[in-house]
Amino acid sequence: MGLVDRIASLGRSAIDMVAGLGRAGLMLWGAVFRVPRIRKGTPLLVKQIYVVGVQSMVIVLVSGLFIGMVLALQGYTILVDFGTEESLGPMVALSLLRELGPVVTALLFAGRAGSALTAEIGLMKSTEQLSSLEMMAIDPLRQVIAPRFWAGVISMPLLALMFTAVGIFGGHLVGVEWKGIDHGSFWSILQASVEWRQDIVNCLIKSTAFAVVVTWIALYRGYQVIPNPEGISRATTQTVVQSSLAVLALDFLLTAIMFG
Amino acid sequence: MLTRKIEILVGSFLLVGLAAFLLLVFKVANVDVQSSDSSYQLKATFSNIGGLKVRSPVKVGGVVVGRVSDIELDPTLLEPVVTMTIDKRFNQFPETSSLAILTSGLLGEQFLGLTPGFVDDDIAMLKDGDVISDTHGALVLEDLIGQFLYSMGEDK
Repeated sequence: MGLVDRIASLGRSAIDMVAGLGRAGLMLWGAVFRVPRIRKGTPLLVKQIYVVGVQSMVIVLVSGLFIGMVLALQGYTILVDFGTEESLGPMVALSLLRELGPVVTALLFAGRAGSALTAEIGLMKSTEQLSSLEMMAIDPLRQVIAPRFWAGVISMPLLALMFTAVGIFGGHLVGVEWKGIDHGSFWSILQASVEWRQDIVNCLIKSTAFAVVVTWIALYRGYQVIPNPEGISRATTQTVVQSSLAVLALDFLLTAIMFG
Repeated sequence: MLTRKIEILVGSFLLVGLAAFLLLVFKVANVDVQSSDSSYQLKATFSNIGGLKVRSPVKVGGVVVGRVSDIELDPTLLEPVVTMTIDKRFNQFPETSSLAILTSGLLGEQFLGLTPGFVDDDIAMLKDGDVISDTHGALVLEDLIGQFLYSMGEDK
């Protein structure tokens, strides 16, 4: 193992990485930029929104409620020292709308739906179902990848909105019902500080961007799986790790652009 | 029948998402869709509005009766003009009423305090578009400290 071999292996991994990016881009291109078939595509899309969106609803709603409650409780113990516990409303609402709503939903989505997508497509690939589709002249990108991609992109912003709404309700439960902050001032200060354009639109932009990234990574990892049990397990792990890291890094970038 | 169940669930999922969106827009960001027939508008000029903002509450005896809907500077008088939207249920304010910019707590939000004036035979009630002339601007803490220091200096 000489120096030349090491340089060669460095070069090989660099080439692999670029080729992987290229393949991922081609897959997305093939899945997304095709003329959609409304009659045949819609039932597939509905089925996938059910699997990806409806089935993630419970975990998203429950986490939203608890995160809102914890945020309110922690915020209250700090704010009460300064006698400004009425500011709990904007604190909970803004942190949920600007950061926690989109980010935590994306992380939960990667764990709940992304890993399932990778495993499903990986198993389809391993059992050569994708190749059989191609032999029957059905484009697997159109039939399998595209509905799952669009289902993710449609579902995640909705899930993030539900997460945020339930989280603010959780903050209201702790702040107003338990800790006894005045109901009127909680809501009026909250309403005075949340802006439609600045907060709600940016929340939607963020969660749509995260949806594209997470679903893309999950589908690509499944599509490029090494067809054996170990490969599927590794692909599933990679989906969760890579999409979580990508979401957190992208969140910093978007925050810097939006609020920086 | 399974597809039918899935379709219903997906439909309700989309509806719940839409409901969450509407809740956030109207309850949390409080985008105003107040129709003009349930409220009326009053105007007032102040010398200084301090930290008053659009959507700050207008209170009578601590109870919210309306909100500030617009703040602009009169281009000729160079004085801030505040437009308030008041609930139609409270349309019995005499034109002798006065307005003051108050602060909730020492460092809290600023709001408009409306004090109803006396009623006499020749005093009319305020109606849509009227201007309240008796106003007290915001107390600016820095000005107060400045005046205090100035009067301290004069005593010596």
